[in-house]
Amino acid sequence: MQLYQMTAHELHRLLVKKEVSAVEIAKSVYDRTDDLERKINAYITLTKEKAMRQAEAVDAKIAAGEAIAPLSGIPVAVKDNICTKDVRTTCASKILHNFVPPYNATVMEKLEANQAVLLGKTNMDEFAMGSSTENSAYFVTKNPWNIERVTGGSSGGSAAVIAAGEAVCSLGSDTGGSIRQPAALCGVVGMKPTYGAVSRYGLVAFASSLDQIGPFTRDVADCAIMLNAICGYDPKDSTSAKVGVPDYTSFLINDVKGLKIGVPKEYMAEGIEPEVRKAIEAAIEKFIELGAEVEETVLPHTDYALPTYYIIAPAEASSNLARYDGVRYGHRTEEPENIVDMFMRTRSEGFGEEVKRRIMLGTYALSAGYYDAYYLKALKVRTLIMQDLERAFAKYDVLLSPTTPSVAFKMGEKIDSPIQMYLSDICTLSANLAGIPAMSLPAGFVGNLPVGMQLMGKPFDEGMLLRFAYTFEQNTDFHKRLPLL
Amino acid sequence: MTRYEAVIGIEIHVELKTNTKIFCHSTTEFGGDPNTHVCPVCLGLPGVLPVLNKQVVEYAIKAGLALNCEIAEYSKFDRKNYYYPDLPKNYQISQYDLPICKNGYLEVETGQGKKRIGITRIHMEEDAGKLVHQGTITTSPYSLVDYNRTGVPLIEIVSEPDMRSAEEARAYAEKLRSVIQYAGVSDCRMEEGSLRCDVNVSVHPVGTGEFGTRTEIKNMNSFRSIQKAAEYEIERQIEVLENGGRIIQETRTWDENKGITVSMRTKEEAQDYRYFPDPDLVPLVIEREWVEAVRNSLPEMPEQRVARYIESGLSEYEANVLTASKEVSDYFDQCLKTYNNPKMVSNWIMGDLSRLLNSVNMEICDCRVKPAQLADMLKMIDSGTISGKIAKTVFEEMFNTGKDPETVVKEKGLVQISDESAIAAVVDEIIAANPKSVEDFRNGKDKAIGFLVGQIMKATKGKANPQLVNKLLKDKLS
Ligand SMILES: [Zn+2]
Repeated sequence: MQLYQMTAHELHRLLVKKEVSAVEIAKSVYDRTDDLERKINAYITLTKEKAMRQAEAVDAKIAAGEAIAPLSGIPVAVKDNICTKDVRTTCASKILHNFVPPYNATVMEKLEANQAVLLGKTNMDEFAMGSSTENSAYFVTKNPWNIERVTGGSSGGSAAVIAAGEAVCSLGSDTGGSIRQPAALCGVVGMKPTYGAVSRYGLVAFASSLDQIGPFTRDVADCAIMLNAICGYDPKDSTSAKVGVPDYTSFLINDVKGLKIGVPKEYMAEGIEPEVRKAIEAAIEKFIELGAEVEETVLPHTDYALPTYYIIAPAEASSNLARYDGVRYGHRTEEPENIVDMFMRTRSEGFGEEVKRRIMLGTYALSAGYYDAYYLKALKVRTLIMQDLERAFAKYDVLLSPTTPSVAFKMGEKIDSPIQMYLSDICTLSANLAGIPAMSLPAGFVGNLPVGMQLMGKPFDEGMLLRFAYTFEQNTDFHKRLPLL
Repeated sequence: MTRYEAVIGIEIHVELKTNTKIFCHSTTEFGGDPNTHVCPVCLGLPGVLPVLNKQVVEYAIKAGLALNCEIAEYSKFDRKNYYYPDLPKNYQISQYDLPICKNGYLEVETGQGKKRIGITRIHMEEDAGKLVHQGTITTSPYSLVDYNRTGVPLIEIVSEPDMRSAEEARAYAEKLRSVIQYAGVSDCRMEEGSLRCDVNVSVHPVGTGEFGTRTEIKNMNSFRSIQKAAEYEIERQIEVLENGGRIIQETRTWDENKGITVSMRTKEEAQDYRYFPDPDLVPLVIEREWVEAVRNSLPEMPEQRVARYIESGLSEYEANVLTASKEVSDYFDQCLKTYNNPKMVSNWIMGDLSRLLNSVNMEICDCRVKPAQLADMLKMIDSGTISGKIAKTVFEEMFNTGKDPETVVKEKGLVQISDESAIAAVVDEIIAANPKSVEDFRNGKDKAIGFLVGQIMKATKGKANPQLVNKLLKDKLS
């Protein structure tokens, strides 16, 4: 097995035993990247020199006999909407093509404190708006399982690098399913933690009340290791939760006997491809076999999740993205006639179609005379969706469903139909609206394309998700299958 | 002719005197090179988040309590969205439907006695930056932006439309400034923009219940402008109505030089701010204990000082004048610490000191004569070292140079002559030189003695002890 194919915990063991060096690991991953990038297009920016220096520092530490953290020397890729000091952060938008933040996101500070090695910044849908990574202003990232197909979005780059062996772990952001959906389509593990569990400081905001940073990994144990590194209260983020951080690896327990799974009827309804449903049903059988109790349940307001999301997210986005006006940084139009002309032309040149669509939607939803009918109503429905989930979690330890209605679709297939594209997030939106943790893990295949299973949990009960996922993983082989590249 | 009644409401922005900004650790210090008092947070760079400064909340509570407001247990921050180059995020974080304070009032002295002006609400918000142009905004080839002020904490105090004249409007603004200063939450320096007023004016015929259409006059930074602008606007509106016209709801500015208000924009062009709760900030929940702790920490307010001054023997008028400005009142209290004669100190502050300050248009806090120095000078009068008349000269010199009274007296040789023999010699001299006046006096013309005293004081350059002069003169002439 090649180094680039290994998990973080495997590599950590080799590093500690001095069987490999961090520099060797980084080289292995970069060599793989050199071989594949032309095919996959997952990275917007590579930070090779910095990465090699970081790897050398880890090796020096090991040589000096010092203890290293579980992520020390592990190559990590980061979605390009997470600010990296002195490394450009574009959000895959023309408007930020030249933006180099003078600060790190809190998660970057934490990764650096753990001496993880930053490989580079990954491709995404512009400002995280999209479900296929086709909305990047730069290029489209291809699915490593089939390069005719999409990776899912918006964190497609961060999912693809894990599947392809171009990184060992990565970070993405999830506003309506942007981690779980590409994780499912690329056959890797992806987790959206509880809102407030991971600091949003330095995450370029799309919809502040929904955004959350989370990890992509090859297996569940790595997911726990990443959570250990990035979770925790941050005084720089007012919405950050003041709760203790458990050792997430303590939840890697291969046992779900007597635990209760609810399967929301609405998530298995028509619209879910039969083959995907079959794979999920098989996964449910597996859990029953392993001793979990499974019941069908209902989340009556599920139908409203999509319209609610498409009011709240664009409303917040319209305000969050107002700062990109060409005055202080980023793209500025040439020779504007006056200030208003500068604002208008800068933004019309700098933003892509989908971003403009959502800004217009959000501006409309917040306008005088429409606020009550749209935004305020959406907030009320959001409460109902939360209550549905609270009721369910009074009975069940986790809720289980497909992550996406279909496997990876062909590039270009949905790009001209926004509604079709929005429907691909139908299973994931509620977790963002309710702020609960949710993850996706490989649960089967349709042909050669991976199927993702979504587990949702109570707030701050990431541990329970890890326990279910770990048990499933220990008793199946889906996560071991590799794409042929 | 119809008689009209004016209705005036005022919105006042007050800058809070915190050391750091409302949502970050950047300094709020006034001035500084452009864009040096900034950080990624107040510049609204991508990804950064606001964190509320607790001191701002405490000051807002303090201001609310000083203005008899209810302090909300639950309030929140909202975004006010609009585009402007001096607004880094293109939205301003403010409070919309749930402000921190509401339902307060302020007692104001008016021509008809005390009047209670309602305070609708007080809310917290961040300030914007400022644009710098070459010449005027319309002719400048460029706009430069200075973000130093961005994120400076403000409270906006909104009154009820309870004022009925320009004088009342001015009295309200002055009293409000004084209360805010007493509460210790702002310097209220109008020239540095730490207190800015918008005045809403409407008029309607006396006897009709309904208020007329109002106009808003923006950004006045002196009490005089508030009064003048309100006066002008009331008259303008009456004239429009008298000529059969109609008032349109609009925003106007006060042209200080021309003494008129000018239309800025009409309601039809008004912005839609698309307010919504700021998802980056959690709702603000204020514990009752905190409010009580702040209440207990409130310093002595003007009413309490007035009472204390009257008790110490000042007239109500004097007490009111001295407390009108906290700085003046503080100055007075400082003097009393080493020279406990309230009447005397009050006379000097309201007399010579305020005359000199007015003559150079200076605030008392910028005065070079420190309270202890004034007190020292007054002690010199009491001890007979200088006369009350000389003191006026001494004080003027102190005012101009900041020197101690002892130094001034020594340098200028102004020590009072109380040596009886020295004065007697001068008295003899003057009597000898003015036989006519002496004769007039002896013929019963009392006025003549005043002339002789004047001559003696002139000869001694005012330094002779006046009591001694009078006594010796009368002795010699009788
Ligand atoms: Zn700042």
